[in-house]
Amino acid sequence: MTAEQIIFLLTGALVLVSALMVVTVRNLLHAALWLVVALFGVAVLYAILQANFLAVVQVVVYIGAIAILFIFAVMLTRREAMEKGRQTRNNWWIPALLGLTILTGLAVLILSFPGVQRTEAVLPAGLDTVQALGTALVSPDAYVLPFEVASVLMLAALVGAVYIATVDKK
Amino acid sequence: MTFWNNPINFIGYWLNGILTGWHLPAAIASILLYVIGIIVLILFAMTLDIGLVWVERKVVARFQDRLGPNRIGPFGLIQPVADIIKMVIKEDITPDGADKIIYNVAPVLAATSVIVLWAILPLASTIYGVDLNVGLLFIVAAGALGTLAIIMAGWSSNNKYALLGAFRMVSNMISYEIPMVIILLIPTILANTMSVRGITQAQSGMWFAILSPLALLIFLISAIAELGRSPFDLNEAESEIVAGFHIEYTGMKFGWFYAGELLHAFTFGGFIAILFFGGYGGFFGLEKLAVLTWLNIPFVQALVFIAKATFGYWVIMWIKYSVPRIRIDHMLAFNWKFLVPLSLVVLVNTATLNKVLIVLPNWLYVLGMFGSNIVIGYATIEILRAYGRKQRKAEKIPEPQAHTQEQAV
Repeated sequence: MTAEQIIFLLTGALVLVSALMVVTVRNLLHAALWLVVALFGVAVLYAILQANFLAVVQVVVYIGAIAILFIFAVMLTRREAMEKGRQTRNNWWIPALLGLTILTGLAVLILSFPGVQRTEAVLPAGLDTVQALGTALVSPDAYVLPFEVASVLMLAALVGAVYIATVDKK
Repeated sequence: MTFWNNPINFIGYWLNGILTGWHLPAAIASILLYVIGIIVLILFAMTLDIGLVWVERKVVARFQDRLGPNRIGPFGLIQPVADIIKMVIKEDITPDGADKIIYNVAPVLAATSVIVLWAILPLASTIYGVDLNVGLLFIVAAGALGTLAIIMAGWSSNNKYALLGAFRMVSNMISYEIPMVIILLIPTILANTMSVRGITQAQSGMWFAILSPLALLIFLISAIAELGRSPFDLNEAESEIVAGFHIEYTGMKFGWFYAGELLHAFTFGGFIAILFFGGYGGFFGLEKLAVLTWLNIPFVQALVFIAKATFGYWVIMWIKYSVPRIRIDHMLAFNWKFLVPLSLVVLVNTATLNKVLIVLPNWLYVLGMFGSNIVIGYATIEILRAYGRKQRKAEKIPEPQAHTQEQAV
């Protein structure tokens, strides 16, 4: 086993354990912090795959913005509300069954994919992945259309948020 | 390569020679060297931090017309050591109802979020931790961890003041991150890379501070906001919420927050030097002259970098101790209605002119970039002045007028 595989297994275990903790701990703030750990683990996985840009963006967006807003909202809830009440519903087995089915289906699908056993070619030395990504995002024969459509969608969401938040002056 | 020219790499090669001489496999030897390098870098940063305590206290004393520490050692130089001994032996109190684990992890995370920044800080052309191709985003990511530490501290202390401090920090960070990220794109555009080392090398001919002085100004403001220093120190505003997020921390746990804050300020002084003043280089091509080739020696470069970083740190201290704290609604309005639009204008201007003017001779390119920034700055001031006049007219406040001595009497 190489050092990379050991790091991958440890990180994978960390992500799984912390993801499990997110849904099982009673204290909502602890759940949010476990979520941060899980998201950080995913960033480490990206870093192992040499996707530096994705790894850093994962930390900036998911930990720096989304998780912090989660925590911000959770801090405004009362403590008593978190520590009482049941954690499961009567029909918990339906989503469990659905989840298991989807997991099996995905696993079968991925294992039947011919590329799953292939080892990816090593990136040529001196390739600037960030530059390649930037060029791909704006070149017409790559991703310029999806990129622009996503931008318009984001802009619409921004305008919508501002509209909802505006106090009506009458 | 001799010891005095390039001490760090010299010791590195020497140690590598010893380790492989012990018949260690090359892979293990290089991992060991990395670990030693990390420890040395952290020790260097923390030792510098002890000195910064003295510098900060002496400089604030000068700004406030006092003497500052002057009892222990010459010029009070041993004062920080005494401070540390005091902090370590103070009683460590965990408040009732505190969330113990989070409460204890928060100071460590706060200091870590600063120390990780040193991984990408190039001290000289050969002395740097790692040359990430996403270096600038790494700065933002480390800032996110710092925010997380402050939230954890504020919430886990089980104290209303601490919680208020954490709330303020979140609104501060979430908003000032935006102009900072936009402004970080300007060195990226000018240098064609996000690597911190690449940006330093791109400035060997001309500092980005001259190509885009407005970007430097906006980066300085948002860096101070990110540091949570005055005038943006609402997260610990001692006259309102006592000490904010670190109110319950005693002894060395408080010490970690304090040390982290000082080192953070110095590190951002370093980033200002790297992004806008050429970092360890940026001698305008002078280093190519035969009499000045000693400027290329890594040891000299490191000294130049430390000097530039100290200057940035000094400017941050200067602002901290001269400007009063601003109200939170003013702070948010200043960010969203002024800094964000202005930084977007500067970004569009830089991106366009950089492509248009690059065909011109170098001096015209520099003049054009500098001139466009001056024009934008002047237009901004005029717009602000017109807006202020309109507001005063609406609220019937008399226009401020310059009085001569006789009129005042």
